[in-house]
Amino acid sequence: MSKRVGIEVSLSVSEAVKLANVDCIAAYPITPQTHIVEHLSEIVANGEVDAEFIPVESEHSAMSVCCGCSAAGARTYTATSSQGLALMNEIVFIVPSLRLPIVMTVADRSLSGPISIWNDHTDAMSVRDCGWIQFFVENGQEAFDAHLTAFKIAEDKRVLLPVMVHMDGFILTHMIEPIEFLEQDEVDKFLSKNYTPAIQLNPEKPVTMGAVGIPEIYTEAKKAHDVVLHESKKVIIEVWNEFAELFGRRFKPVETYKMEDAEIALLTMGSYGETAQIAIDELRKEGEKAGLIKLRLWRPFPLEEFLDTVSNVKGVGVVDRAITYGTTGGPLAIEIRNALYDVEPRKVVTDFIAGLAGRDVTINDFKYMYQKTKEAVKSGKALPYQFIGVRG
Amino acid sequence: MKWPVKNIQEIKWQDLEIGMAITEPGSSRFYKTGDWRSLRPVVDKKRCIKCGLCYIFCPDAAIYEDDEGYFVANLEYCKGCGICAKECYVQCISMVEEVV
Repeated sequence: MSKRVGIEVSLSVSEAVKLANVDCIAAYPITPQTHIVEHLSEIVANGEVDAEFIPVESEHSAMSVCCGCSAAGARTYTATSSQGLALMNEIVFIVPSLRLPIVMTVADRSLSGPISIWNDHTDAMSVRDCGWIQFFVENGQEAFDAHLTAFKIAEDKRVLLPVMVHMDGFILTHMIEPIEFLEQDEVDKFLSKNYTPAIQLNPEKPVTMGAVGIPEIYTEAKKAHDVVLHESKKVIIEVWNEFAELFGRRFKPVETYKMEDAEIALLTMGSYGETAQIAIDELRKEGEKAGLIKLRLWRPFPLEEFLDTVSNVKGVGVVDRAITYGTTGGPLAIEIRNALYDVEPRKVVTDFIAGLAGRDVTINDFKYMYQKTKEAVKSGKALPYQFIGVRG
Repeated sequence: MKWPVKNIQEIKWQDLEIGMAITEPGSSRFYKTGDWRSLRPVVDKKRCIKCGLCYIFCPDAAIYEDDEGYFVANLEYCKGCGICAKECYVQCISMVEEVV
């Protein structure tokens, strides 16, 4: 039977990776890093899982080693954050093009400069276009569960893509939360013991992985990658449903809160959903028809599921946790506005850049964003994007 | 994707192996690297003394000795760099523009 324990969320992720019977972990062990791989190194050293733990000299090497391990047929895991993700950027793009089902946790944190170690989604958005499956979790339980589903999704023969699990740095990674663990035999019912590759580095049957893509073939390779990423959505939903049937906890690409009759919605990704939910409750008490949309699946973008949630709303206030300088808004709002372009009647989209590098975003801030969106709906004019809480 | 590929232009995205892997070893021998050449070396056999200097200098090992003992370029691999023409002792190699 599942047991519920109070544990730091990072450590619960290590336990999930252990339960997934991982074969290989390569990581760079110092800042920026979380307790995830530190605890995994203890788990491996204690012989609790039959895996190789490969400490490397940089994040670039960490992902390179993961690349090799996965290509050889090992179930492979790593974790990183902010500058570490930036340093491994080159290999991050190569992994999905080779269709290697690596699972990586990104403890989302801002990128320098100014130098920062705090939470936002700047690092996540720096790899927006890398071609991995990417989802965001909201709390500790989701973080634990998401990793088990990540391996199953990644290794599905219809997918064979790496999965990035985004969890907010500090806000989630360093919190102690009550988490319901699964027993090994329960996990084994859900996830196969080993990864069986479709194409593998094997001296018995030589193959070339990562060959040059001359102009005559590069476009075809990109098209194939794009198609498989889009099509992975149905497998993701299938795996999340199977997880729900076995363990009772269901994940959906787009979660909603009080959206049934909502006229104005806020939209978040990651752990801010929980604070925003309280703001929505308070707004409801004040008689407002407020709702909340929580985007869990980021890539592939769940267009149909998202559009289903907004059919009745007049406006959407997007909470962006990152900035893309000098353009029409934050990366999330640009995506949302684009998704809504062809929808009639037109929805007003407002954009709030909030919580950069660990700046607190309070319940009142969410209520302010709601009011601003409501004003924009009333006037019919979308506002320019704004920084929440910025002085001056 | 089955090798050898006769014409790369006929490969559709659906034909690619997972991750564009190449599952047939040694397939590079089917890849002709001389197709972007803009100049082609032409040997005037009346003046050629069969010394083989061009064969020695060719940086791509694209020059071979034919049945009559002349040294000529394999145009499937020759990049048209002109080193053979520059080094030829009797100046019997001229670089001629490729016409598409």
